Amino acid sequence: MILTINRRKYEVNVEEDMPLLWVLRDELGITGPKYGCGIAYCGACTVHIDGEPIRSCSMPVGDVDGDITTIEGLGNRNSLHAVQQAWLDHQVAQCGYCQAGQMMTAASFLNENNNPSDEEIDEAMSSNLCRCGTYPRIREAIKTAAKTMRGA
Amino acid sequence: MGRIATITRRTFLVGTAAVAGGIGFGYYSYNQPIKNPLLDDLEAGEGAITPYVLINQDGITLITPRADKGQGAYSIQAALIAEELDVDLNDINIDPGMPSGEAYYNTAVGAEALGFPSTDESFLAQKARGLGPVIGKLMGLQITGGSSTVPDGYEKLRVAGAMARETLKIAASIKHNTAIGTLKTANGKVIFPDGKEVPYTDLAVDALNIAVPGEIRLRPEREWRYIGKDMQRVDMLAKSTGTQDFGIDVRMDDMVYATVKTNPRMGGGINGFDATEAKEMNGVIDIVPVTGGFGVIADNTWRAFQAANAVEADWGPAPYPADQDAIWKQVSESFTEERQDSRKRDDGDVETSLATANMITAEYRVPYLAHAPLEPMNATVKYGRGKLEIWTGTQIPTFMMANIERIYGISQENIFVYALYSGGSFGRRLEDDYVHQAVELAIRHQNIPIKMTWMREEDMTHDFPRTIGLSRARGKVANGRVETYDLSIAHTSTIESSMSRMGQSVPGPDQSIVDGAWDQPFNIPNYRVTGYRVPAMVPVSSWRSVGASGNGFLHDCFLDELIHEAGADPMDERIRLCWHDNSRKVLETVRDMSGWGTDLGPNRGRGVAFTLSFGVAAAEVVEVTNTPDGIRIDKVYVAVEVGKVLDPVNFDNQVKGGVVWGLGHAMNCELTYSDGKPEQDNFHMFPGMNLAQCPEIIVKGLENGNTVRGIGEPSVPPAAAALANAIFAATGERIRELPLNKHIDFV
Repeated sequence: MILTINRRKYEVNVEEDMPLLWVLRDELGITGPKYGCGIAYCGACTVHIDGEPIRSCSMPVGDVDGDITTIEGLGNRNSLHAVQQAWLDHQVAQCGYCQAGQMMTAASFLNENNNPSDEEIDEAMSSNLCRCGTYPRIREAIKTAAKTMRGA
Repeated sequence: MGRIATITRRTFLVGTAAVAGGIGFGYYSYNQPIKNPLLDDLEAGEGAITPYVLINQDGITLITPRADKGQGAYSIQAALIAEELDVDLNDINIDPGMPSGEAYYNTAVGAEALGFPSTDESFLAQKARGLGPVIGKLMGLQITGGSSTVPDGYEKLRVAGAMARETLKIAASIKHNTAIGTLKTANGKVIFPDGKEVPYTDLAVDALNIAVPGEIRLRPEREWRYIGKDMQRVDMLAKSTGTQDFGIDVRMDDMVYATVKTNPRMGGGINGFDATEAKEMNGVIDIVPVTGGFGVIADNTWRAFQAANAVEADWGPAPYPADQDAIWKQVSESFTEERQDSRKRDDGDVETSLATANMITAEYRVPYLAHAPLEPMNATVKYGRGKLEIWTGTQIPTFMMANIERIYGISQENIFVYALYSGGSFGRRLEDDYVHQAVELAIRHQNIPIKMTWMREEDMTHDFPRTIGLSRARGKVANGRVETYDLSIAHTSTIESSMSRMGQSVPGPDQSIVDGAWDQPFNIPNYRVTGYRVPAMVPVSSWRSVGASGNGFLHDCFLDELIHEAGADPMDERIRLCWHDNSRKVLETVRDMSGWGTDLGPNRGRGVAFTLSFGVAAAEVVEVTNTPDGIRIDKVYVAVEVGKVLDPVNFDNQVKGGVVWGLGHAMNCELTYSDGKPEQDNFHMFPGMNLAQCPEIIVKGLENGNTVRGIGEPSVPPAAAALANAIFAATGERIRELPLNKHIDFV
């Protein structure tokens, strides 16, 4: 099968029920998306398919239909996405392991709603687990990113 | 004036860490100085070299031996060196270095275990604390933990940086025939009076033959450029772009993937396993026994997981009581004379006071808690031609090497541990069980790197949890005051359990059974704290804030009960009881921050709690609302006394993170045992706090104390207690066990 990931095409030959997460990490060496729980609970594996957030640990690669974006494709050091810039400026990360998933969830949320209320932020982000407790800074960073994305 | 560290009695070395054309600068040595350090030869045998600054043609590398598990250890170690060395933190490399107990032993972690409360500044206590470095050195304690990275490194790392800088200036002065007093340093260069700049890298070889300066002057605080100011953590850009590699992200040529399962009845062993079906599965390379279980080696982690799930294993029984009721029974039967472990506090006359009427009694409970960092346990290991290489996140690199030598007979000089960033730890990576498993696989399949990753279910059911505990408290009040507090606490012994896995037995009491309870700065006329050691059951280990993690709740909540019985105000009475000025200031600060005493309105309540742990006084006020659907945590105010805030941003993050950690586990987390195994095997059964539940947290760091402290743990112990006390204030219900959701809901 051919997968389009971060605007590149990759040929992979694996069983259809291999979760996308492990295709990315082990088959293709794309390790930004992380393994945290394997049951789509923690969100560390979040990537985008056609801009929609999905939990790649529980998405069989055979079911993938659309362009995949991982954190590496959202932005990079030379060209940070507004969410990544906000995460950097607010120094959100502690261990950092959950943050790729947090940022991918935030980015797709803000694409849909770039002027969210506190309640909307809570609802969008509450299924992404952080064991280090970075939630206060995640909230602040999302507000900053939202402002940037509004062009404000 | 800056502090002059006279180093005439110690021999400072210019040493190296085996890189051609480079020099390393150390802080301490125990034998004679090396006159002509050979660049490639660490085995000159003429003293332990403790390089913290390595300069070679690649540039400048700062060695930061304390592990970074998210608490910012690499950054602060680098900043302390850089402050004196005069390098730009963006222009240097950071490396944890190769493990060396002789060189990188921890001077601070032992000090608090020596039996004196941190508030004791008597001569004897100071002398005892001075033994901390000796213990560290003798035990080769290269360990990260106990909130000790900053106390351990605060002076040592600055001296290392200053020494390196001065040596480079001397080299520049000689090489360019310029008086040293006219030289300056900045951004990794020596600057001459005519404006010429010579980078440190150009001076590396010349500096080799320079004798180390006999005196180093540390800069005064007012000249600091990094310390005390907002810094961007060195790993922040990588972690903000998803490009930070953790142990689980190791990628190497020819690498294969593995997973291991062992008996979830910890230590119960395996009677046999049937891998016939699993061996045929896609991608499986081999399925082999490991101690206590089996390992699957495959060409993809997921395929290894699938095959492991298809193996039928016959697990042995648990070597401890197999279910929760039996476990609690063991705990509650431990309050006996023979199980008494310590009585480190016994003020006044508790028995006489309680012999009269009106005794108040209560029993409190705290559960087993998993560490469950989001990055599951993993290690990449390669063994071949007698050489063992390990890539993993760890807090105990030298213990790991010693354990592997002891268990597998591989000599430590052939073991290379490459410590990597950890996706959280909270104490879990103080154990090396997962590394042993990977080593066993690598011994069977040599000369290829094997990345062994645990499934989350394996991680959660193979933790060494924070111990279960129970307290029995008795007290009395009179005239609106707390008069008597007699607290008996039973825990299993964390030290006994964890040190047994290091092949060591530690005699004497386990202070962690009563830490956070025996050492609180309150003047209660009759005040006794007794620890009881529950016989070893489930193997346990240190969990963020260790003994204080449970004792904060056990100690402070009953104090809250007594204060309530006395009819006193919870804040005022704690302040009145507190004899230690800096601790009292922490309470007063949080009182003022939170507007304590003002009306919150209906169905709302405030709770306060105080715990002194790791030398840090921490007071928290939690505000809750009792909504029709359950308790909402609205705000948390935290005041902590740390001596000095070295990195304001990281300080704020660690305090808040500790609060979320403490509150989250208090709300809804426990490990309960059935059939010898934890019933909780993934995060849906152990959720902690999510973002919607996270309150606004307001933090203030106080700097009145004389000792610089670490901040990774101290905000954890009071959190659960302040929450429970707030729930009492809002609802009238006193909850005496954790997690609180056994009794109330949280929205």
